[in-house]
Amino acid sequence: MSILSVHLSRLTRHHFPFSSLLFPSSRPYYHACAPSRRNLRFSVIKRFPFRCICSFPATNSIADRNRNVEVGEEKYDVIVVGGGHAGCEAALASARLGAKTLLLTLNIDRIAWQPCNPAVGGLAKSQLVHEVDALGGEIGKVADRCYLQKRVLNVSRGPAVRALRAQTDKREYAMQMKNVVESTPNLSIREAMVTDILLGKNDNVEGVCTFFGMNFYAPAVILTTGTFMSGKIWVGRTSMPAGRAGESASHGLTENLQRLGFESDRLKTGTPARVDCRTVDFSVLEPQLGDEEVSWFSFDPDFHIEKEQMCCYLTRTTKSTHQLIKDNLHETPTYGGWVEAKGPRYCPSIEDKIVRFQDKESHQIFLEPEGRTVPELYVQGFSTGLPERLQLPLLRTLPGLENCSMLRPAYAVEYDYLPAHQCSRSLMTKKIDGLFFSGQINGTTGYEEAAAQGIISGINAARHSDGKPLIVLERESSYIGTLIDDLVTKDLREPYRMLTSRSEHRLLLRSDNADSRLTPLGREIGLIDDRRWKIYQDKQARISDEKKRLKTVRISGGDLAADVSHFSGQPVKESSTLESLLKKPHIEYKLLDKHGFGNEMLSRTEKECVEIDIKYEGFIIRQRNQLQQMVHQQHRRLPEDLDYYAMTTLSLEAREKLSKVRPQTIGQASRVGGVSPADITALMIILETKRRKAQEVRRHQIRASVMVDTVENLSDTLTEAVEQFRNT
Amino acid sequence: MIISENSHTATMALLPSFRTIITRFYRPTKPPPQLIFSSLLFPKKLSSLFPLPPKPQPLKPLASTRQETSFVSNRDERLVGLGSVNDGGSIETQSSTSTIAAIVTSLGGPPAAVGIVRLSGPNAVDIAGRVFSPAKKKKGFDSGSGSWKPKSHIVEYGVVLDSQGNVVDEVLAVPMLAPKSYTREDVVELQCHGSEVCLRRVLKACLEAGARLAEPGEFTLRAFLNGRLDLSQAENVGKLISAKSVAAADAALAGMQGGFSTLVRSLRGQCIELLTEIEARLDFEDEMPPLDVNIIMDSIHAMSQDVEHALETANYDKLLQSGLQIAIVGRPNVGKSSLLNAWSKSERAIVTEIAGTTRDVVEASVSVAGVAVTLLDTAGIRETDDIVEKIERSEAVAMGADVIIMTVSAIDGWTLEDTKLVERIRSNMGSASIPMILVINKIDCASSACSDWVNREAKLFSKHVFTCAITGQGIHDLEKSILEIVGLDKIPAGGRRWTVNQRQCEQLMRAKEALVRLKSTIEEELPLDFWTIDLKEAALALGQISGDDISEEILSNIFGKFCIGK
Repeated sequence: MSILSVHLSRLTRHHFPFSSLLFPSSRPYYHACAPSRRNLRFSVIKRFPFRCICSFPATNSIADRNRNVEVGEEKYDVIVVGGGHAGCEAALASARLGAKTLLLTLNIDRIAWQPCNPAVGGLAKSQLVHEVDALGGEIGKVADRCYLQKRVLNVSRGPAVRALRAQTDKREYAMQMKNVVESTPNLSIREAMVTDILLGKNDNVEGVCTFFGMNFYAPAVILTTGTFMSGKIWVGRTSMPAGRAGESASHGLTENLQRLGFESDRLKTGTPARVDCRTVDFSVLEPQLGDEEVSWFSFDPDFHIEKEQMCCYLTRTTKSTHQLIKDNLHETPTYGGWVEAKGPRYCPSIEDKIVRFQDKESHQIFLEPEGRTVPELYVQGFSTGLPERLQLPLLRTLPGLENCSMLRPAYAVEYDYLPAHQCSRSLMTKKIDGLFFSGQINGTTGYEEAAAQGIISGINAARHSDGKPLIVLERESSYIGTLIDDLVTKDLREPYRMLTSRSEHRLLLRSDNADSRLTPLGREIGLIDDRRWKIYQDKQARISDEKKRLKTVRISGGDLAADVSHFSGQPVKESSTLESLLKKPHIEYKLLDKHGFGNEMLSRTEKECVEIDIKYEGFIIRQRNQLQQMVHQQHRRLPEDLDYYAMTTLSLEAREKLSKVRPQTIGQASRVGGVSPADITALMIILETKRRKAQEVRRHQIRASVMVDTVENLSDTLTEAVEQFRNT
Repeated sequence: MIISENSHTATMALLPSFRTIITRFYRPTKPPPQLIFSSLLFPKKLSSLFPLPPKPQPLKPLASTRQETSFVSNRDERLVGLGSVNDGGSIETQSSTSTIAAIVTSLGGPPAAVGIVRLSGPNAVDIAGRVFSPAKKKKGFDSGSGSWKPKSHIVEYGVVLDSQGNVVDEVLAVPMLAPKSYTREDVVELQCHGSEVCLRRVLKACLEAGARLAEPGEFTLRAFLNGRLDLSQAENVGKLISAKSVAAADAALAGMQGGFSTLVRSLRGQCIELLTEIEARLDFEDEMPPLDVNIIMDSIHAMSQDVEHALETANYDKLLQSGLQIAIVGRPNVGKSSLLNAWSKSERAIVTEIAGTTRDVVEASVSVAGVAVTLLDTAGIRETDDIVEKIERSEAVAMGADVIIMTVSAIDGWTLEDTKLVERIRSNMGSASIPMILVINKIDCASSACSDWVNREAKLFSKHVFTCAITGQGIHDLEKSILEIVGLDKIPAGGRRWTVNQRQCEQLMRAKEALVRLKSTIEEELPLDFWTIDLKEAALALGQISGDDISEEILSNIFGKFCIGK
């Protein structure tokens, strides 16, 4: 079964408070490693006393459970495996929806850890963060609380591509998220290494089995294994099994999933070295300051608390950097040829950049603080597979870092993922009912991508265990929808990162309207409480009132008109509405403010919303109409049991690809690689023919049941009469 | 907004089969319609032998129904009430399909007496109402709302107007409302005059009014998809169409020859190159050098010109296929008839009088440099008391032509009547400018003293030619002028071989319009992101011609071309 050699050092460092408290005798060695806990922990336990610890499942269908019976089996509604950014969102969403949720993690102290970039947001990713927040997720709030610096990117390039990026304090981030997770009702945490999935009779999940032989039961299980599944880290030619530096990998699960018929593959990613900021000469570096006016991820103003910002710095690669790399290419995993797994194209190692773009003389490198209280600097853009002995000399070729000392070496990590065409868009696997995948296990990179999948799988797992219909965000609804649609439709073989160019209708999917797109859904699902809902509704009311006001208020001449014609270069007509002024080039809401025509009741972001809605109305309406034209066709459902191989009118490639991906809609089918428009037409014709056949059959059945129907009708009337009689 | 599976099925219930079932089982008082559907989903109910009333289905379906899923589509609460379009954007109320239009009678042969443009789709009546103006306004035409409310299967007589309100043709409109039509959608057929020019203009008016050009076989496809054909018929049609559409897709490029396909590909390549440049800057902000707007503008200009060029060539091609229609207009007795006769006799064509509704117009066919030219002569108009009718008719003929020949007599010189006629024709044309040639006939009978007014008036025309219809003098000059005006003198020999069909033409137009919008976006200094919208549109349109998709291509380009990433 399991092949892992557990690192004893780590085991002794960590403890199992819940189990040790409740089962002092069953696992004697827990005693030894359960030293005093912080007060916090105990208060948590008091508030959420253990439930159901001894509830046994009604059936005894799983064979090798006998030895656990005396211990007691734990029953939950939802089990989340993994405590990273996907796992946390999933567990929180599930617990907040009222599902009794268990979060299993290898190491409680590493909950919501940021192993790579100490940052949240950025281009396209910030849209994901805003959307998760709009649905009632946590990532935006935590990032707002723990930021070291914030900047809005792409300010002048259009509202759809504007993006917020926050440098975060990595330790504070993990701490805050852990606090939230620990203090959420319905949510329990346990350290465990999950090695197997427990199956029911109908290809449905019944729970998980851990390395130490515990069984936890739930009708819905979410796997968010990150880089841990058979993870292996590399520095130069040396490797060791690990999910992250210093943390053991998880073994056995991949093999067991493969046994269940899942296809797995390997991906690779990397993280750069960290240097000691006290050894860096900042005087020669270009500082990069945060925005003066801070923007926020969360739509909840309660989390808008300003903090003092820290500075990032910019340096560049030099000739000697390039030379050193070229001289030692054979020492890197990719060019030395000993790691085959694919890394992301958009996150290339420094050697990749230098090899592929020979003519570029220098590459930008950013130095980013990892926290307020630690000296570590993250060297962004400088990940490498070179051996450790070459890494410091390489760092020292960078201006400002000539005398730096390295705190952690750069390393690459290889891990198992399960190509996500094995999931449907609810993120539930197609093979096993109740089993969900989220995050890097689906082949993505990035905390934001993980969180986005996490909240969806959390919602759906809770709904699944509650017997409610699952939620699917259509591609054009959101970046989350686009992300998931891409994952499950396209056969991706490299780590997937969100980009604005992946969204066909991005003008409709902006950060500023993430709430008006998704908060009503969050409310409907049950993740938006009354307070937040009121905040939301008030905001929308203010925006809509303001738009009405701008339509009706007219000005003739005056300073404003003069300024408008000056800045826009266009004449201003007599009795122009404020709206028409705002539509002119280069005219912003600020100008109305300046001349006293603005509305003091509105916040800066609300004014921005008004401005965008008015200024780009033509474009927005055009995109919306384009979208609606295609949507109807695209959303036609495909039956799940289609035999594509039997469809001889489809091209051979289309038959193969469609059989593999098994799309849920026509639109999805058309996005599968290798499927042509002609294939789609042919497919629709086949579907219609099928439907027609089925209809014939049904007609016969109905004819046959006419008699029965008549009887039912009679009985209906009869019962009604009886009821009436009873009531009178 | 959540559309649950159940209500999704409800929208699907437009399908006639479901409809029959619904009407059978639907009892308005109880239970609510959605429950009816769930009972349909669980066929057990239908055959249930229990004499108990059906219990209301729990709204929460059972966990075991695995496919049960709610779909969340794009909806932005802030967009509610924005603009007049699609308030709220509820997809359920959206029509399932677009409205299509096409000429359904065959083209290319000798002109038939009648040709049909067919509209099908949820907006067919709306669109027809926009282009069709019934002769008798009071019936069916609600002048208040301006919408046409025809009775199904009742023929109406009227005219088709273009977007400027000019009369394009007089037609019979045959509304066939859903489901009693070929496609089971609302269908309006406009029976026009059989000449290709008329048909194309009517079709163009329909497309301008919001219809989309039908794909080959799309009416039949719709008839099929909407359950109009029975199963065996359907299977046959299915085979036929899928064979066709596969072939059509394959043929999309194969059908195009050298020059055109290369041009489209290179244009598309340029669009994608530009998109790559811009998108890379949007997704990887800090790592790119700034864009040079001038270079971009230059390449957009170059692209627009290429598209224009392609469109022109497409027009030549159309000329080669459909020929040229030339209207000869003028006051009575300026020699229109003799001009026509002289011209056609020299080509040994037969002058025919066409019976029926077009009897008042004489057509003659000649061939000019290989292009079939149809001469439309108002000379044949019978004497009638109704002067107005006469003028209207000759104007209608003129509007349907590609070139107008304004004939005057050298003897009479330029008269007030001529001025009036030209003014009327010009004002009818509106923005659509039909080139006009001034022909000064009977030059043999007049002295050279007429040069004064010729010089003055000729400025208003594209060309002027002196002829003598009796001797045939000047006919050759006239032909030369026509070739110059339609540009046939300039096309390279290779260009004439391009076979650009109407669909490709439509996509070229789409690309052209997108590029025009793009230019204005840049000129208005809108943010970079907005440039991508129309650039994508242009690339998509060009891709439709060559059969390629763009999204992945741009991404791979970005990664291949630029050093980006952290």
